Amino acid sequence: MPRNISDGERIASIIGGTMLTLLGLSRKGDAGAVIALIGGGLAFRGISGFSPVYKALGMSTADSDSSDVAETQSRMVGVKRSVTINRSPQELYAFWRNFENLPGFMKHLHSVKVFDEKHSHWVASAPMNNTVEWNAEITDEQEDKHIAWRSTGDTSVPNTGSVQFTPAPEGRGTQVLVQIRYEPQAGLLGKAYLSLFGEEPSQQIAEDLRRFKALMETGEIATTTGQPKGRT
Amino acid sequence: MRAVCWNGSTDVRVESVPDPKILNPRDAIVKITSTAICGSDIHLYDGFIPTMEKGDILGHEFMGEVVEVGREVHNLKAGDRVVVPFTIACGSCFFCNRKSWSLCDNSNPNAPIPEALYGSTTGSGLFGYSHMFGGYAGGQAEYARVPFADVGPIKVPEGLEDEKVLFLSDILPTGYMAAENCNIQPGDTVAVWGCGPVGQFAIKSAFMLGAERVIAIDRFPYRLQMAKEYGKAEVLNYAEVEIGEALREMTGGMGPDACIDAVGMEAHGYGLDSVYDYAKQFVRLETDRPTALRQAIVACRKGGTVSIPGVYGGFIDKFPIGAAFSKGLTLKMGQTNVHTYLQPLLERIERGEIDPSGIITHRMSLNDAPRGYEVFKQKQEDCMKVVLKP
Ligand SMILES: NC(=O)c1ccc[n+]([C@@H]2O[C@H](COP(=O)([O-])OP(=O)(O)OC[C@H]3O[C@@H](n4cnc5c(N)ncnc54)[C@H](O)[C@@H]3O)[C@@H](O)[C@H]2O)c1
Ligand SMILES: [Zn+2]
Ligand SMILES: [Zn+2]
Repeated sequence: MPRNISDGERIASIIGGTMLTLLGLSRKGDAGAVIALIGGGLAFRGISGFSPVYKALGMSTADSDSSDVAETQSRMVGVKRSVTINRSPQELYAFWRNFENLPGFMKHLHSVKVFDEKHSHWVASAPMNNTVEWNAEITDEQEDKHIAWRSTGDTSVPNTGSVQFTPAPEGRGTQVLVQIRYEPQAGLLGKAYLSLFGEEPSQQIAEDLRRFKALMETGEIATTTGQPKGRT
Repeated sequence: MRAVCWNGSTDVRVESVPDPKILNPRDAIVKITSTAICGSDIHLYDGFIPTMEKGDILGHEFMGEVVEVGREVHNLKAGDRVVVPFTIACGSCFFCNRKSWSLCDNSNPNAPIPEALYGSTTGSGLFGYSHMFGGYAGGQAEYARVPFADVGPIKVPEGLEDEKVLFLSDILPTGYMAAENCNIQPGDTVAVWGCGPVGQFAIKSAFMLGAERVIAIDRFPYRLQMAKEYGKAEVLNYAEVEIGEALREMTGGMGPDACIDAVGMEAHGYGLDSVYDYAKQFVRLETDRPTALRQAIVACRKGGTVSIPGVYGGFIDKFPIGAAFSKGLTLKMGQTNVHTYLQPLLERIERGEIDPSGIITHRMSLNDAPRGYEVFKQKQEDCMKVVLKP
């Protein structure tokens, strides 16, 4: 079932719905039954994130309160995410500017080979042990402030990206804003995209940024992979 | 090695598991010499904290000897004797820099889970405390891997035996922070709900921080007895008296200046509201039973502070926000910023101002952990605190 209700509204629906149901059940007669029914419906839409009434009205509140912008201008899809990192713009810029560092925190990037000041070759993992590759060039940059790049030539996964480093208020490090745009595809390529950007591209990028932050702030990325566990 | 593994609600087993290894440069491996069972473990034991998996190694109160360090750990070496804080903190994020160690940004590899659950960023990773808090293997075992070991563990002098310093890992700082959060002023009366280990140390700490009186509340006579003898508190048995009334009477009608909820989400109660909470928690419509918290808010004097070390995990009903608002109360809560209190509390122990070992009632082998959980949970054999020796 598709979701057309925002998270805030869903929680309110669950709580409100549950209360109404209990209130309804505690009353005798038809009025009680009606209240309980309305309550049950509310709770349902909260849990499922789907409102039949909204659907009938052609309405949706599902995206209005999410922090990422997923727009479909032309056929490109854009994803935007930001994170605050307790390091200077200089340090963050220097690390990111060497694209060969990116696979260290971008989960689906296999490797990046830098050819010269502007050009590089990217390899990303795709489903069933496949990979997708493309060449990229830097289209715009300003030292310690921002970098923009795009895929070039004939690639099955055209994409563009940019990262911006803005000093955060006193003692709070740097606000890092990443924007990725790509053209969603059907079929096998669609799958490759899915593995590139995840089922929820903004979630995927948020996770990559979280790892970037950890690496920059602590020198490592917290993990439990490889720790012991009972064999039940 | 042997480790205490969670296998489902009220089912813990001592199993043989692989030894932990260094996984990150700032890790250390500690050979555990003493480890304890905490009231927080009971929430896991009873199945009230989601995202536990069969085979998860429990335990977050432990100490021992460093046997191996990662290449970025320069302040510790093999042979050092350390106590490990139960909150895992990186030491270099915004929150660690402000000494809000339990809110560390970088220590929970599963942060997306609580973020989805709570709708916003949340706290640090914790040892042995479910996958939503990081899924770290815990310390009720022979060995444990300690991440960010250059920041957390505190070295303890040889002269102090394990039992005197073990509780620096959690409950002593937890009781202390609970009291510190009360902003105690000369003449203040502090009421403490719950005379478990956290409550006992909250009582002690309230006096250390200058409280005039401490009133301790529970229903188990042996726990109240300890609050009286070990903590020097006045005590109230909520099975015998109506707490709100008794507190009003004892404070000249004003109410306590500060109230500490050292009970948490599995509060027990006699009133109609607690029957309602039991029912709702049972069908999972309400995740937490807030009997003590409601009483604390209602009892607290105008302008006072309610400090909540007791753990809550989800939603509660009938939260008396009106009473809290109209009295202008301050509410303070959260996992303990253990790192902040390690050194100052170690010094208090060294100076003899507090002897935390006074609450230990049971000493067992790690192999007896399942019995330890049951005895502690059921409050059998006048159990206050169980220490396990691997
Ligand atoms: N904030 C933290 O970082 C932190 C750290 C450790 C423990 N905790 C939490 O602190 C709480 C207490 O831990 P503990 O080890 O002392 O546990 P415990 O279970 O031994 O103690 C709880 C006590 O509360 C009493 N109690 C239950 N209902 C009550 C009520 N309505 N009024 C008064 N007393 C009541 C019980 O009889 C018991 O003695 C738990 O919720 C635990 O998870 C929090
Ligand atoms: Zn604990
Ligand atoms: Zn941190």
